[in-house]
Amino acid sequence: MIGILDYGLGNILAFKNIYKKLNVPAKIITEVSDLDGVTKLILPGVGAFDHAMTLFNNSGLREKVEKLVLDQHVPILGICVGLQILFLSSEEGEMPGLGWLEGHVKKILVAKDQQFQALPHMGWNSVVQVKENPIFNDISQGSPFYFLHSYYVVVEDSTLIVATADYTDSFACVVNDKNIYGVQCHPEKSHDVGIQFLKNFAGLG
Amino acid sequence: MLQSRIIPCLLIHNNGLVKTVKFSARKYVGDPLNAVKIFNEKKVDELIVLDIDATVKGEGPNYKLIKNIAAECRMPLCYGGGVRTVEDAKKILQLGVEKIAISAALIASPGLVTELANQLGSQSVVAVLDVKKRFLSNKYDIYTRNGTKKMDVELESLIPKLEDLGIGELVLNSIDKDGTMLGYDRTLISKVRKMTTVPLTVLGGAGTLGDISSIIKEYRVIGVAAGSLFVFKGKFKAVLINYPSDVQKINMINSSNEMSEDVHV
Repeated sequence: MIGILDYGLGNILAFKNIYKKLNVPAKIITEVSDLDGVTKLILPGVGAFDHAMTLFNNSGLREKVEKLVLDQHVPILGICVGLQILFLSSEEGEMPGLGWLEGHVKKILVAKDQQFQALPHMGWNSVVQVKENPIFNDISQGSPFYFLHSYYVVVEDSTLIVATADYTDSFACVVNDKNIYGVQCHPEKSHDVGIQFLKNFAGLG
Repeated sequence: MLQSRIIPCLLIHNNGLVKTVKFSARKYVGDPLNAVKIFNEKKVDELIVLDIDATVKGEGPNYKLIKNIAAECRMPLCYGGGVRTVEDAKKILQLGVEKIAISAALIASPGLVTELANQLGSQSVVAVLDVKKRFLSNKYDIYTRNGTKKMDVELESLIPKLEDLGIGELVLNSIDKDGTMLGYDRTLISKVRKMTTVPLTVLGGAGTLGDISSIIKEYRVIGVAAGSLFVFKGKFKAVLINYPSDVQKINMINSSNEMSEDVHV
């Protein structure tokens, strides 16, 4: 059973609908008791870093989710800001992140006069797999995914980077450390390849 | 490489989809959810849905309809219509919408853009400007409320200000070209592109894929939106939802400027 963490941010229903279509059991988690029986977690996110942290801290879910992820090694997939808050801090805000992964979130550097590379990085861009990982099963190298963000993660241990994307410079797009996964783009809004990505997450052993 | 976005823009009126010409002559073109399902199959880059009743009737956003559309959408969705407060916007994002478009509220509540950018992040804040060429002048005026109310502000001063306030995208809609299918207002686009570096999406006038293709070639990375082109087929404008295939898209981006005006979907 996949638990989609509903702490007030992100596209909860899009995930629910995709898993329904895939016949994968999934439920929306709004309180601690909903977490019973959950074997995988999705941490969605759209919005600003501090706003996301505030909502997650106030959701009442954090303590139990940390137990599941850090002690019981339940696989979790953070998406967009849900990826960013897995790290220690962000230039976008003041609050500390969850700090489950070592690294910091930085703003994409764009020259003011460079009109072809404006912020946010918005639209379909190629995702380049740099490491074998079951999360990319049946997804072609360089497949386009949908991006919508102005910040990216600088991962302390670069061996955790599974895929990159290129916008002004190459940055980490998919990271994985043991049971913790994060993705900067939006698989839930990336048509067939995105659905395959979420299917792969559901199928992780 | 980041690709240009080719975006159908759908207008909602009385819970149905309509298409206008120069913001009037509304023609019913079908059911919104059915259209979204077809656009899913066609794997569109993104979708813009604008509720043209919400502000004018003072009803605010129709959350139930937005929820149904967002749940169906397997591509990014931008919703606009009747959003007046951060609370409205948050509620809509929670329903599964990626981006919130505001227009009337840009002027009515000047603090709103900043608040939205701070709380939702700039990437989710889209300004929609409906503009019309001033009679016997090179200037353009900005309108709200479906083109009925002229804003007392110059394009040149508003756009850089919106960028500073934190918008993440600007949708530029030409009232003069709306529904005409005679091509985009290229003078307007070139003027506005020079005023800001935020991602720009242009709307109004696309009649062929060649129209879209030539904008992409000139600006390399841009959002190119269209209404009529993606809901009508043929000279009698029969309703038929359509969108370029992957192969057509590649040709539109890569082929030289030879693509003639009679390239149809």
